[in-house]
Amino acid sequence: MAKRKHTPFYENHVAAKGKMVDFGDWKMPIQYTGIIEEHRRVRSTIGLFDVSHMGEIRIEGDDAIDFVQRLTVNDVSKLAVGQVQYSCMCYPNGGIVDDLLVYRFPCHYLLVVNAANVDKDYQWLLDNRADDKIEIKNISDNIAQLALQGPKTTDVLRNLTSIELDKIPFYWFARGKVCDVPMIVSRTGYTGEDGFELYFEDLDKAGYVWDQIMQAGKKYDIQPIGLGARDTLRLEMKYALYGNDIDQTTTPLEAGLGWITKMNKGDFIGRDALLPQKKKRGLKRRLICFEIEGKRVARHGYPVQKEGEEIGHVCSGSFSPSLEKAIGTAYVKTGFHKSGTEIDILIRKKIVSAKIVKPPFYKEGSHL
Amino acid sequence: MNFPKGLYYSTDHEWVRMEGNIATIGITDFAQDELGDIVYVDIDSVEEDLSKGDTFGIIEAVKTVSDLYCPVSGKVIEKNELLEDTPERINEDPYGEGWLVKIELSDKNELNGLLDAEGYKNQLS
Repeated sequence: MAKRKHTPFYENHVAAKGKMVDFGDWKMPIQYTGIIEEHRRVRSTIGLFDVSHMGEIRIEGDDAIDFVQRLTVNDVSKLAVGQVQYSCMCYPNGGIVDDLLVYRFPCHYLLVVNAANVDKDYQWLLDNRADDKIEIKNISDNIAQLALQGPKTTDVLRNLTSIELDKIPFYWFARGKVCDVPMIVSRTGYTGEDGFELYFEDLDKAGYVWDQIMQAGKKYDIQPIGLGARDTLRLEMKYALYGNDIDQTTTPLEAGLGWITKMNKGDFIGRDALLPQKKKRGLKRRLICFEIEGKRVARHGYPVQKEGEEIGHVCSGSFSPSLEKAIGTAYVKTGFHKSGTEIDILIRKKIVSAKIVKPPFYKEGSHL
Repeated sequence: MNFPKGLYYSTDHEWVRMEGNIATIGITDFAQDELGDIVYVDIDSVEEDLSKGDTFGIIEAVKTVSDLYCPVSGKVIEKNELLEDTPERINEDPYGEGWLVKIELSDKNELNGLLDAEGYKNQLS
């Protein structure tokens, strides 16, 4: 196995006693002081995440808008300069290549994709460029990315920048300096809390920026947050995780991502396969949320049953630090998917009862 | 990391403290650190006669679940009721309040197959 890549914040993680684990091609901190404490820190005040492993692909040229429109399921024509959009790329059969954020700049688009999918996504984009007059660049290795998340984020970040943060609405971004380093400051995140994601190219300043943010956040007991809490935070919001909740075998409609799948925007890759799923009873299965009474955790792949018959399997499952019970997502056959339905989950030979609930699990987030 | 002397250790990362014929069993500091935040312990083997290597329960952490293996044979006579509401005591005090079960030993010779603190520490690295 090749040596794992280090993000520009690696030394900061080691100094903060992060427990470093192999995560795809990367060495990343799974936790620092503990998942539950870190999770609660983000829900209550503010946490700092290194998400530099995420991929960034730049699309530029005369046909950029048409190209991105054809490759993604959401309606890119609705994006103003400075706006961000959650979207998916699909295969012709409707399976998901990746979920991503699309950023619109004056003369280009930036696609922010999952770390594990960067090479696959980049190749998929190249393979589908046809005659489009565009340039596609994978700039993932040139960009450091931090996420600051939690209800006190604006109070902390305000001390480090002259950007008027209050003028950036949810899912919009601005360009400017933070700690005197030029950045993209994006009001987005993966936690359900208010917060910003920062992208910058001056990698030599990464450690300095990290330290400045940690210093500025002291008043609110800021903590670095590892991938463990990133996962429990996103699951409490039912935000999809590629590889768990969605992949090449699932469609956006099955995953409950109909709200980003714009069938009327014109043609896009996967549309023909998704059309029949839009019809009544067109979906054979759906991604649902469940809660378990008690603390046995249903984990990825565990069978879901109803009266002894298998009706699906668990996608994501974890203990929820906010609800203090086990929660998860599962694909179940249509008909068994309604909230309130009682289901059984086979947890290592034991049948445990669970109940289908409406998302999100956590309803008190500072930015829903 | 802390591995107190005077205890026996298994390669499954459990420790054994002997008092007379009664073995108190828990998981090591290494094990609790690897598991991370522990949220639930299910021990369903009280009153059962178990052989060395049998599972006597499970331990759920946020990220993962792990079986608990008997490092010695005998009858499970007691489980730590404190863990029902405060399983985090295992993380905080793995050799004290975070103990798991007490077993009445059926074969004291099995202790010879376990490691001492030094031996356990050496096989970790």
